[in-house]
Amino acid sequence: MKKILISGNEAIAQGAIDAGCRFYAGYPITPQNELIGYMARHLPEAAGVFVQAESELAAINMVFGASACGVRAMTSSSSPGISLKQEGISYIAGAELPAVIVNVMRGGPGLGNIWPAQSDYFQATRGGGHGDYRCIVLAPSSVQEAYDIMGLAFGLADTYRIPAIILGDSMLGQMMEPLLIRSPRHHVTKSQVKKPWALTGCKGRKPNIIKSFYMKEGDLEEANLKLQKKYKLILQKEERWESLFLDDARIILVAYGTMARIARGALNTLRNKGKKVGLIRPITLWPFPSKAFAKHQTPKAKYLVIEMSYGQMLEDVKLATACKLPIEFLGRSGGGVPKEEEIIRKIKLLSR
Amino acid sequence: MEKIFSHPQSLRNISTHYCAGCGHGIAHRLIAEVVDELAIRERVIGIAPVGCAVIAYDYWDFDCAESAHGRALAVATAIKRLRPQNIVFTYQGDGDLAAIGTNETIHAANRGENLSVIFIINAIYGMTGGQMAPTTLLGQKTATTPDGRDANLQGWPLKISEMLRGLAGVKYIERTSLHSPAEIIKTKKAIKQAFENQIEGVGFSLVEILSTCPTYWGFSPKESIDWVRDVMTKEFPLGRIK
Repeated sequence: MKKILISGNEAIAQGAIDAGCRFYAGYPITPQNELIGYMARHLPEAAGVFVQAESELAAINMVFGASACGVRAMTSSSSPGISLKQEGISYIAGAELPAVIVNVMRGGPGLGNIWPAQSDYFQATRGGGHGDYRCIVLAPSSVQEAYDIMGLAFGLADTYRIPAIILGDSMLGQMMEPLLIRSPRHHVTKSQVKKPWALTGCKGRKPNIIKSFYMKEGDLEEANLKLQKKYKLILQKEERWESLFLDDARIILVAYGTMARIARGALNTLRNKGKKVGLIRPITLWPFPSKAFAKHQTPKAKYLVIEMSYGQMLEDVKLATACKLPIEFLGRSGGGVPKEEEIIRKIKLLSR
Repeated sequence: MEKIFSHPQSLRNISTHYCAGCGHGIAHRLIAEVVDELAIRERVIGIAPVGCAVIAYDYWDFDCAESAHGRALAVATAIKRLRPQNIVFTYQGDGDLAAIGTNETIHAANRGENLSVIFIINAIYGMTGGQMAPTTLLGQKTATTPDGRDANLQGWPLKISEMLRGLAGVKYIERTSLHSPAEIIKTKKAIKQAFENQIEGVGFSLVEILSTCPTYWGFSPKESIDWVRDVMTKEFPLGRIK
């Protein structure tokens, strides 16, 4: 067991290595450069392969190749770079390959800026590229969780043969926090799923083919139905969230990632003053934790969704509550971060 | 009696979807023959392109992956780096390798990836209906150059092999053709060389193969091979480039 001071970007990289990631390809982009730098130094030490790709397109397609031969593979980038990877992610989804993609979100649209943002929520949770597909989306809210979640990300990706996205933001990527690694409580699982479909050379078996192309009438529909069945199973089994003080809460804050940290600060301040404030923090953004909301649809409660965007997760909260309850929203983007005081002010306004 | 000719084990015994007079079937077979002769069927991994050869994996009888349009060399890079014991090759057309995938081509070559690249050039986009390729000749009529390719508007035929020659990571380039039995034999030798280079760890090897597209050239199969011999080889001279 070790306790170290480390940035979120580096914690994600170390978590991936500890989770058995043995291939990484990436292209530099701020604010995730500590991640690619960490991988360049430490992945080869773990007998893994690091490649600095010539573009985001090349990087994601290298991940496609690495995963096709059965190796746990990852790439990382930030918002504009993730847009470039969408074609490749669609192919990975279509070919049913496991892969982990890290998005350390920054402000957009366009080149935007390098400040924290959560404005890629739609892109991450709705597929992002072309075709009817989904990615599992995980949103850590601390450096420790960013490390811990990598084992889960690779595990889910392997189990379901699906791309898993780690959705962080530049605040999470850049901030340094103490991190416990390889402790009984904080470790990442390396359990290897068997991959008989992998390309290894056809010695002793029939040839394997990795593809997403189906020319014969009906074949693509069949492949899509298989994907849909898998997605349904994931929706049933893989929702994850954290909740606080829901039993007596009159106002339930809903926030994810670092935004949830700030929301929690506001919650603590108000709880100390006797205000009945609760929190739902989705950990999986897809599947969105609808069950968390199903349990707490009391007529007395109001929801306040807080995002570093102009209301993207908001739509999922509305869907999860079937628009039956009052839902308020507080959001800023383009580098604007809702502050603790702003949240407190909004809550006070709502509880009047 | 000694058996001296048979269907390659690495080629499935089915008919292909290719048009009459198309060169892809020949090129597929040459690769299958080379794989058999080098006894690498059980460790070869082929990367198919997007284009007419998109389902090449239905014809070869060994492990294969598809790749997004132009990205075959990125996919191949990862596989070869992770599994150096396997023999990894890409099969790409001129749109795939020399237009949308130029970046991946140049950088895989410049990194000196120990890969074998089979590059089919027929100066046109076949699968999408006969549009201009980067290799389309000046004056050549296509769906998107209805009056013929004009250098002032569309530039000149792109010579990828000559471009790659100057890169230190590139170890072997040869341009061959499928327009006659003699040239087909030379093509097979070049393919074999590219695979042997990989087996010996020599480095990035590319065989550029002039091929035919009677359907979108608007020629008969016979006219097409004559056009390769008499016209195409003038723009793209055959022989060892590096």
